[in-house]
Amino acid sequence: MVNKTKTDTSGEKPGALSIRNVSKTYDPEGVNVLAVDDCSMEVAGGEVCMIVGPSGCGKTTLLNAIAGFHSITEGIIELDGELLCGPTKPKADQGADRMVVFQHGALFPWKTLTENVSYGPIVQGNLGKAEAEEKANHMLAEAGLGSFINKFPGEVSSGMARRAEIVRALINNPKVLLLDEPYRAMDALTKQIMHESLLETYDRTGVTIFFITHDLEEAIFLGDKVHVVTTRPCQLKKTVEVNIPRPRSYETQSSEEFRKLLDEVNEAVHEEAVKAFQAGEREMA
Amino acid sequence: MSTGKSSIAKAFRSQTFRRGVLAIIFFIIFWQVGSSLDDWIGIDLFGIGLVPPPGDVLAAFLEVIPLPGYWMSWVSSFQRVITGFLVAMILGIPFGLLLAVNRYFRGVFFPPFEILRPIPPLAWVPASLIFWPTNEMSIAFVTFLGAFFTIVINVLGGARSIDISYLRAAQSMGATQLDLFWKIILPGTLPSIFTGAAVGMGITWEVVLAAEMISGGGTQGGGGLGFFIWNSYMGGSLEQIVVGMLSIGVAGYLSSSAIRKLGYTMMPWRRLF
Repeated sequence: MVNKTKTDTSGEKPGALSIRNVSKTYDPEGVNVLAVDDCSMEVAGGEVCMIVGPSGCGKTTLLNAIAGFHSITEGIIELDGELLCGPTKPKADQGADRMVVFQHGALFPWKTLTENVSYGPIVQGNLGKAEAEEKANHMLAEAGLGSFINKFPGEVSSGMARRAEIVRALINNPKVLLLDEPYRAMDALTKQIMHESLLETYDRTGVTIFFITHDLEEAIFLGDKVHVVTTRPCQLKKTVEVNIPRPRSYETQSSEEFRKLLDEVNEAVHEEAVKAFQAGEREMA
Repeated sequence: MSTGKSSIAKAFRSQTFRRGVLAIIFFIIFWQVGSSLDDWIGIDLFGIGLVPPPGDVLAAFLEVIPLPGYWMSWVSSFQRVITGFLVAMILGIPFGLLLAVNRYFRGVFFPPFEILRPIPPLAWVPASLIFWPTNEMSIAFVTFLGAFFTIVINVLGGARSIDISYLRAAQSMGATQLDLFWKIILPGTLPSIFTGAAVGMGITWEVVLAAEMISGGGTQGGGGLGFFIWNSYMGGSLEQIVVGMLSIGVAGYLSSSAIRKLGYTMMPWRRLF
């Protein structure tokens, strides 16, 4: 059930995440809520790892622990063999090696796209302002946003904003890109474009991607592995390997293999969704 | 949702402008007809019949134009408003931000602040007349209070409602606490600061006028527009009272336009809304 492989970090791509026996208990006013329970998974460097599970199951808690936004109660998380958080250090430091793209988008509204993207290198002191902005503009152009560099986030479409946010993350050369349902609120057509753009970015950079979603087609289309997790508390239920070769295009989604994988994931998720729904009904009753 | 098509925006703005001018002209006509109806057909329109017609007010205005005392009233009222307002901004913005970012500071200062806040500025007038050595200082103090509480509560609310994702994103990118304050919290609070400033400016005018009337102001010129109205009332000139009232309207409008203009310049990303 639990897919445990020992990660050897020498000579491999960076960004290998090792999540071992992680638990997280929230304690709002004395009510213990177990969000993640003894969850283990391995993400190889350069892998696109998709986490699928019912809403509110604790996926985001896991992502927040990796990013260093929240502490964990038990277990250990390592990045390339180095401790992020564990028994000696419940909360990971936030760092540019793990960049998050947020569910609702978090481009700074008061900065133009150029200023948003160049912000990281500037505050880290890696590049001067002019150099950082030049690099930012170059990367924005690569992502097809070359004519919008001087726009504020409020002036571009949600799809463009999300692409710019991914560029803002990538300019920091992260080992892992953490995406928390970034395309949730988008219509199907925009979503398709977003997927192709992310795949293109991945093919170009090879960055490790840790991607939370509950869109199953999205999970299979983008991922190397799809980890299905249980409803709260979050635990690894099943891992589905996606052996569809890259580069992938939208035609991939009509292939026999894609359909088969979708059925497989769907079955595992459906069970959990029913449980989550029933648990919700119990809570409401 | 306007996407900043400048030609459309311009046309819209000019149409609004025309409509605004037309509305003011209609208002003046209504005012003229209302106040002269008694003379024309012998019907006294309730209330408005007693108001001097715009022509008489204009005449009274032309009379006061050459008087330095009238313009001195403008100057002293403006001085008081600006002093009180600026001090309120200078103390209120950092105080509000501190309340927002520091739990201990908030724990200590927020409760007394909340007890003092509901006290209307004018209720402070008698106490401040006793407490401060000069009339001028007590007017300035009351004016300051009027704006201070509004500014603080807006800054606090604005800073507290900044999306936590912005802070997390910035921290992940390597921002220090100082960077967070200057580059995230401050610009994120700016819209609320300007809301507070606009409301605070309005309250400042209300308070200054009332304080000038109550304190008696002293000399004609140094008394400000509030005293100008009071003095006209004592002198029995209804036309001059209206001149004073309209002067305050214009002064208030100029002040809030200045704030809007500043906000427009300082927050380019808000122009799209």
